[in-house]
Amino acid sequence: MSKFEFPPSIKSRPVYGTLEARPGKGHLMIADADGAEAIMDIATPDLMAQTHIIYIPRGTDFADKLRSLNPAQFYEGPTYAASVSRIRRVLQDAHMGLQVYLAGTEGLMGQAQNEAMMAGIPHTAIQTEHRGSTARRMQCVHCKGITEDVETDPFVCSHCGLNLFVRDHYSRRLAAYQGVCIDAEDPGNVPAPKGIYE
Amino acid sequence: MSAAPQKAKPGAEKIAVNVTAVVPLNDLVTRFEFQRSDGDLFPPFSGGAHTVVTMDDNGRHRLNPYSLMSDPADLTTYAISVRRDDEGRGGSLFMHRNVSVGDRMTITYPVNLFSLDLRARKHVFLAGGIGITPFMAMIAQLEHSNGNWELHYACRTPALGTYVDELRYKYPNKVHIYYDDQNQAIRLEDLLDGQPLGTNIYVCGPKGMIDWVHATASAAGWPDANVHSEEFLAPQPGEPFEVRLCKSDKTITVGEHESLLEAIERAGVEAPFLCRGGSCGQCETNVVSHDGTFVHRDHWLTEDQHASGEKIMPCVSRFAGKSLELDR
Amino acid sequence: MTIQFNDETFRDDYSFHNSDWAIKRFPFPFHEDSYMYAVNMEQHRGGPEGSVYEKRFDVDEHYISEMRDRAMVLADDPLRCQSLPHMTLAGWDLLELIMVSKSEDYPDLFELHRDGDTWRWINKPLGIDDTFTFLDETTLPYGPMEYITRQTQGDFCVLDQRDGNLWMDAGTVTTQADWSLDFDIGMNFFEWHAPVPLAHEKGIFERALKFLLNIQQGAPARRLNWTMTVNPLLDTSPENYHKWGVQKTTLTPENIGAKQHLRVELQTFFRLPRSNGLVFPIRCYLCSFQDLMTMPKWGRRLHRVVRDLPVELATYKGFIDNRPMMLDYLSQFDDGLPTSPGIFPDFDTEPALQK
Repeated sequence: MSKFEFPPSIKSRPVYGTLEARPGKGHLMIADADGAEAIMDIATPDLMAQTHIIYIPRGTDFADKLRSLNPAQFYEGPTYAASVSRIRRVLQDAHMGLQVYLAGTEGLMGQAQNEAMMAGIPHTAIQTEHRGSTARRMQCVHCKGITEDVETDPFVCSHCGLNLFVRDHYSRRLAAYQGVCIDAEDPGNVPAPKGIYE
Repeated sequence: MSAAPQKAKPGAEKIAVNVTAVVPLNDLVTRFEFQRSDGDLFPPFSGGAHTVVTMDDNGRHRLNPYSLMSDPADLTTYAISVRRDDEGRGGSLFMHRNVSVGDRMTITYPVNLFSLDLRARKHVFLAGGIGITPFMAMIAQLEHSNGNWELHYACRTPALGTYVDELRYKYPNKVHIYYDDQNQAIRLEDLLDGQPLGTNIYVCGPKGMIDWVHATASAAGWPDANVHSEEFLAPQPGEPFEVRLCKSDKTITVGEHESLLEAIERAGVEAPFLCRGGSCGQCETNVVSHDGTFVHRDHWLTEDQHASGEKIMPCVSRFAGKSLELDR
Repeated sequence: MTIQFNDETFRDDYSFHNSDWAIKRFPFPFHEDSYMYAVNMEQHRGGPEGSVYEKRFDVDEHYISEMRDRAMVLADDPLRCQSLPHMTLAGWDLLELIMVSKSEDYPDLFELHRDGDTWRWINKPLGIDDTFTFLDETTLPYGPMEYITRQTQGDFCVLDQRDGNLWMDAGTVTTQADWSLDFDIGMNFFEWHAPVPLAHEKGIFERALKFLLNIQQGAPARRLNWTMTVNPLLDTSPENYHKWGVQKTTLTPENIGAKQHLRVELQTFFRLPRSNGLVFPIRCYLCSFQDLMTMPKWGRRLHRVVRDLPVELATYKGFIDNRPMMLDYLSQFDDGLPTSPGIFPDFDTEPALQK
């Protein structure tokens, strides 16, 4: 499928690239849904022989195709939350020279990037490629709750119920964009939601 | 309060000091210790910082940068170790021959262009020869906070192994020495292999060693951000050349044994600087016109900038040709 | 001089007020009759006697009340003070810088007695007398940054320097102009300034970063920044915006002089010696429009600046909706006469209002 072109934005907004195989002592690839295709695009038998794939299908049917690439290790997780303890375990044992590749939705890439950063890999050395849904992971700046897969602006915070507008300001540490109350100065005046990129 | 941008000042703030010890360490290296002339304590500093020492050589001012190698927790004394360079322009020779206990000198506040990444899970130091000096302070700093470090130090011979005995005695399990004359070499690929995530490498030594470490680490998949290096370039002698300083309306001649920056200063023209070794970027100067060839030696400008002929770092770079005009 | 500390609030009944002394020394941020971004840095080495630039960390009549307000904010939301694990040494650097500066600059208010690593700190206005071991976190009731910033006016961003950039890796932020430390912590210089309009395109941040990276020990710098706040509310945080935002709609032609405040930040920058970090204190000064209008020069100039400010900036600074009402009020104090250059009020030499 064709890749979504994000409109130009402010400097805190992540910019995603295209995965490429890089020299390294090991390769960790984490993807969800359509992100599988980004892995398939760079897979070679030599690379896969040193690769651990962690994949969350989210209703897609790419898992068997990834498995057939014969990676050194393959894990299929039902959700990111279910996979995160495995990701941490892999990073705990990893050594300098590990290459990390992330592909799929912004929420998946952001959260996995944060795990790799906390393990000691600088974010500039972590490759990312966006595929699939453009929904955002949003933090409510007021109650701090995270709302996953937000597709509209404004939206309702799934924790505190405030009406929030979607900013492009992004925190790597939270792996989330910032949501701010839209009707603070005129309570009740909430415009009709529309798609974030409409 | 004005809205005018602040002009970069030449050099960091200065401190008047007395030389309190001159300790020859081997045939080439001597340690100089300083205390403040006003009796106060020195400002604290961070491992990897340098100071610029002003030498008054018969009316000629020499300003050379040296890594502070004393314990950053000791605010009574600053120490530097100077390797004598018989082929150089005379700064190290002046230190070795003319500086003695009781002399008054001027040094700058510490400036750090080679600091520890305090997030690192582990710090691996790679030193070549006199490149050991910044690591002496870094090691002392990390020892105060129970930091995780190891040192790999290549020297020409045991006789020239500056601080080898002290380091081995204090940190027998963390210090690894390699002597060139015994054909010992740092096995870098093995060393890089298996380091935990979050390890940072720091290299200080000759240019070839620095390039080797960057290239080897990169080939092993290490992020550039985890590999730190410092190479102070001493300005090299060269053919004299003439320079027109447009703003100050002066024409100067850069002598064989002086740098362009020194010649600008000698003409009484203020020029900003910090490191005088091609790293910090402070002395970056715009070229107004030129007819000739630049001899760029700095680490600051990009290759494209070098090729453009639009900028020069006068602390280490020179020029050969018909004419050069600078925006200074 | 001895400071008479006010007993006042920055919330609820808003009993905050400026004395004549405080108005006269207010850091009015406009040196001419218009405003645009600039890298307006200068050295921070004192200034006119009695001005906010004189001391390294200015202490004024609001000190005790501001510290009380900070304690309330931190009790409500501890996330306003955070330090990533590698920033503890920088926190000690900051504690040392402030204790040494305040005890030297205000010996009647603060004392620091050092015996090796055993330090005794006396803060008379806040009634604190603590003895602790320098660089030993277990001997303080909070981390070093939190300990000292609970006793120092202004917000504090403590920045790590690496990879040719500055990283917002620690801070205490309770008097902010609508930005969130909890959200921005860990960002680099360009990222945390990302929402600021126009300045990126003008290359302001590249130049500012270059300047800041080269700030060295013993050579601190400063600049002023400003915005507008309705009511003397120190804690204009995004976290609580859904609670305070509505106050912006309470302005009327009758109350605007008292309610609308010019909010000025005195930003200073110090290299931190032991960590090679940088601290960026952001000290907030508030002054009501009606108090500012007592200085004829400021009345003329503020009208012209607010009138001519680009829409993007008035929007970013959050007063685009209130600008017409502000101009109605401010125009009464602008008689069209020229103004003297510089920020100081020049009360004795500038003509009185001619209308």
